[in-house]
Amino acid sequence: MIAEFLNIDETRVVQALREAGDRLDGTEGEVALDFSSVRRIDPSALLALEAFAGIADKKAVKVVLRGVNIDVYKVLKLMKLTPRFAFVN
Amino acid sequence: MPRRTQGVGAVVPAPATHAHKVMEVTMIASEAVQERVQIPLAVETLSAERIAYLEGLVSQARTAAAVFSQFTQEDVDRIVKAMVLAGLEQAQYLARLAVEETKLGVMEDKVLKNMVATEFVYNYVKDKRTVGVIREFPERNLVEMAEPIGVIFSLTPITNPTSTVLFKCIMAIKTRNAVIFSPHPKAWHCCSEAVRIMYETAVKHGAPEGVLACLDSPTLPDNAYLMKHKDVGLIDATGGPGMVKAAYSSGKPALGVGAGNTPVYLEKTADVSTAVVDIIVSKTFDNGTICASEQTVVIDDEIYDVVLKKFAELGAHICNEKETRLLERTVIDPQTGYMQPLAVGQKATDIARFAGLSVKPNTKLLIAPIHGVGREHPLSVEKLFPVLAVYRAKSVTEALRVCVDVNHAGGIGHTAVVFSRNEEVIRKFGEVINAGRIIVNSPGSVGALGAVYNDLVPTFSFGCGTGGGNSTTDNVNVFHYLNIKRLARRTQTHMWFRVPNQIYFNMNAVENLRQFPSLSTIIVTSPLLEQIGHVDIVRRHICPKTRVHVQVIPDAEPEVTIITQGVEAFNFYKADQIIALGGGSVIDAAKIMKLKYESPEADLEYLAAPFLDLRKRVVQYPTEKINRARLIAISTTSGTGSEATPFAVLTDKARGRKVTLADYSLTPDVAIVDPQFVMSMPKGLTADTGIDCLTHALEAGVSNYASPYTDSNAMQAIRLVFKYLPIAYEHPRDEEARCMMHNAACIAALAFSNASVGVNHALAHAFGARFGVAHGRANALMLPHVMAYNAAVPTKFMPSPYTQGYVAHKKYAAVADLLGLGGHTVDEKVKNLIQATEQLLDQLGFPKSIAELGITREEFERAVPDLASIAFEDPSGRSNPRMPMIKELEELFWKAYEGRGVAKVDAVLEHATV
Repeated sequence: MIAEFLNIDETRVVQALREAGDRLDGTEGEVALDFSSVRRIDPSALLALEAFAGIADKKAVKVVLRGVNIDVYKVLKLMKLTPRFAFVN
Repeated sequence: MPRRTQGVGAVVPAPATHAHKVMEVTMIASEAVQERVQIPLAVETLSAERIAYLEGLVSQARTAAAVFSQFTQEDVDRIVKAMVLAGLEQAQYLARLAVEETKLGVMEDKVLKNMVATEFVYNYVKDKRTVGVIREFPERNLVEMAEPIGVIFSLTPITNPTSTVLFKCIMAIKTRNAVIFSPHPKAWHCCSEAVRIMYETAVKHGAPEGVLACLDSPTLPDNAYLMKHKDVGLIDATGGPGMVKAAYSSGKPALGVGAGNTPVYLEKTADVSTAVVDIIVSKTFDNGTICASEQTVVIDDEIYDVVLKKFAELGAHICNEKETRLLERTVIDPQTGYMQPLAVGQKATDIARFAGLSVKPNTKLLIAPIHGVGREHPLSVEKLFPVLAVYRAKSVTEALRVCVDVNHAGGIGHTAVVFSRNEEVIRKFGEVINAGRIIVNSPGSVGALGAVYNDLVPTFSFGCGTGGGNSTTDNVNVFHYLNIKRLARRTQTHMWFRVPNQIYFNMNAVENLRQFPSLSTIIVTSPLLEQIGHVDIVRRHICPKTRVHVQVIPDAEPEVTIITQGVEAFNFYKADQIIALGGGSVIDAAKIMKLKYESPEADLEYLAAPFLDLRKRVVQYPTEKINRARLIAISTTSGTGSEATPFAVLTDKARGRKVTLADYSLTPDVAIVDPQFVMSMPKGLTADTGIDCLTHALEAGVSNYASPYTDSNAMQAIRLVFKYLPIAYEHPRDEEARCMMHNAACIAALAFSNASVGVNHALAHAFGARFGVAHGRANALMLPHVMAYNAAVPTKFMPSPYTQGYVAHKKYAAVADLLGLGGHTVDEKVKNLIQATEQLLDQLGFPKSIAELGITREEFERAVPDLASIAFEDPSGRSNPRMPMIKELEELFWKAYEGRGVAKVDAVLEHATV
């Protein structure tokens, strides 16, 4: 069951992930982040995503990334972050 | 508390007191000397804090590289251009810093180096694609695509510090890589400034943070740690052999470029004035710190004095014997034989002062005559300062020998220079010297850098090849910072359809012989054909006034002795035309006789060497011919098709072996397909040869080499066989049936000459030879089983660029449609075709099984393993649509032994659903 469904805006990825992290307290099961509008990811967004995955791990919340484009997916792959997320189209 | 890494903008955890607590590094003036010390790969001396610092750097670089992978070509080109402009802007500042810090070289020259490292490199890379598709080769269906490396760990030298950093920063950004620099400790400040300028500009224009970084107070254990780091993708070590060896020993992919010892040959035809100026320009450039600069000039005796006089006129000091001894004691370490660090990058006047020489104040260069190369001649080694050894050579050979000696005295793979107008000398120099850059009639150091005096790729890293312990001889450039992926599209391989120049067919086609003028014609034929008057028929139609000789040979596979006799006759009669009148054996003999007559040196056994693809075969048939003769083939059987094929079989009785020759040069020039010569064929021969023809057509039809050209012939031949073979068999005098079967044989030959045959022939060859069964009969025993085999889903597919998908069963089905055999599905049609083939075989009186031939099961059982092995090696099998496994060949032999029957075939066809 997806408890949270959040759109991630490319212009404020870091902020959006921080906010999502804050909301994980009340979340159970899994959270879905929609990356459809994120064409490119930068180092700070990567760090934020990694941090978000860490918080989710601690709270046993599964993170589902939706609509991740292949270029961003490759960045996550290079950073060995893909095992920490589930991906859906 | 985190702090900024000095020189770059990347934030890393602060090491505690790492700068001075790590191992002592012996500070010496030249990395070229330092790096001859073995660089340890052990990292035990690193503190936990230092390791954390290094991990922070790598982590940032890794993140930056990952993010960078999303950038487009336009993005990186925009950033690179800004970096280049910033580098040009700061060229003098960085040069000044470098000279102040390293105390090496000439500031003005270092400005030029910095400008070359930016402007010239930019000029080379600006239009190069380094993202996505980088090169396309449409004619080869190849596309090259770029994949960044990721994190590069880069060591830079003291001699060319800032220029090397600028160069590598531009290469890294152009290729979307991140770099961690470890400059020589004595050039750290200027290098870290260069990195800072590049980094800040790159980030300002959009590059990811952390993409360029410079180690704070780099040490050998730092280097060792990073060289082995799992997230470092490549080590780019520009420096001496110790550093390069350490890089290569790390187990990481590495670009290691290092020391040189540039020999120069100043040959007597050279433009002496230009050569002397070029050498001075090069050797004094940045006080000789470029490792490609000239070290020993070998001068031809004839011009030696003139050259030295010219050097002296232009500001060089020519040392006498005593001065040379003083100089070598000063600048070369007597213990190691290498140059003394104190001299590296110093001015000639300073070096002279160190050595106690008295020279003019404006002396640019010290020239020391030497008389050999090696430890006894200390100045014959690399000298990264304005001291030049010269050698007087009495001959070109001596000069080249000394140059080779210098080349091998520490300079293998690096750089060499030749001044000459003699192209032969230049080429010879290039051949004997092992150097990645052989600079002709221009300065060595600036020449090797590229893009100034020549069209070499501009670089600050010289690959020295395996001789220098490096992986490349290239001028290292952006393409070495990329993984180049090759997108190889399926190639529509060229095919062919090669047949005799002229084919005459139908009754009395032999009359066409008249149109071929000849002074001397030899008819190669068999005794029987002469006896029954066929030779006379041919004679009557040969062009009048032609001298005709008849060479009668046995009607059996030609032997070497028969060939030799035939060639002797050809020579004796000076034949310009050969008429082969007979079955396959006679025509094959004539083909081989012609080959040996035209090219006596042809080694038949050599020409029979195995091959996989006709166009890529190792052995080529002779094209030089001392005689020329037209070969006209008149077939007297309707099956082998030898009159139209490029094949010939020779028996070498002395060695007990058969030699199969295959080459389109063996194809007869003219084929005459005249049924009057087959009207008297006995029934058995009619059946055997007719089924041979059918097998040719069916196998060519499903062959991996089949094409629309061969398909059309194969289909037509199959149609003719099914329609006319039974009539020709039952009514031998039926002219139409004979004529059509004769045509069918030739038409099938046109198909299999170009598409080849398949497993059926491989099995028949092995079986027929072992048990003495006629070829057509052996084919008949195998045919239905092979069709079922090829129609089923292969256990193993045969790799073939010529076919798309597996189509054998569909092609059999198309044959069934052509023959009007009915069926709604492919399976039904294949089954009907096999059934029709079996009925045809029954009609022609062929035995149903090998067992029917009287071969006992025990005898056959003993033979099968060998037969399968021989059949597997038969070249015919290589064009079969299904790759024959030896076990499957054994099964096919057993099926043929048991006998044909549709029920048995059905079991196989159940799977024919591809």
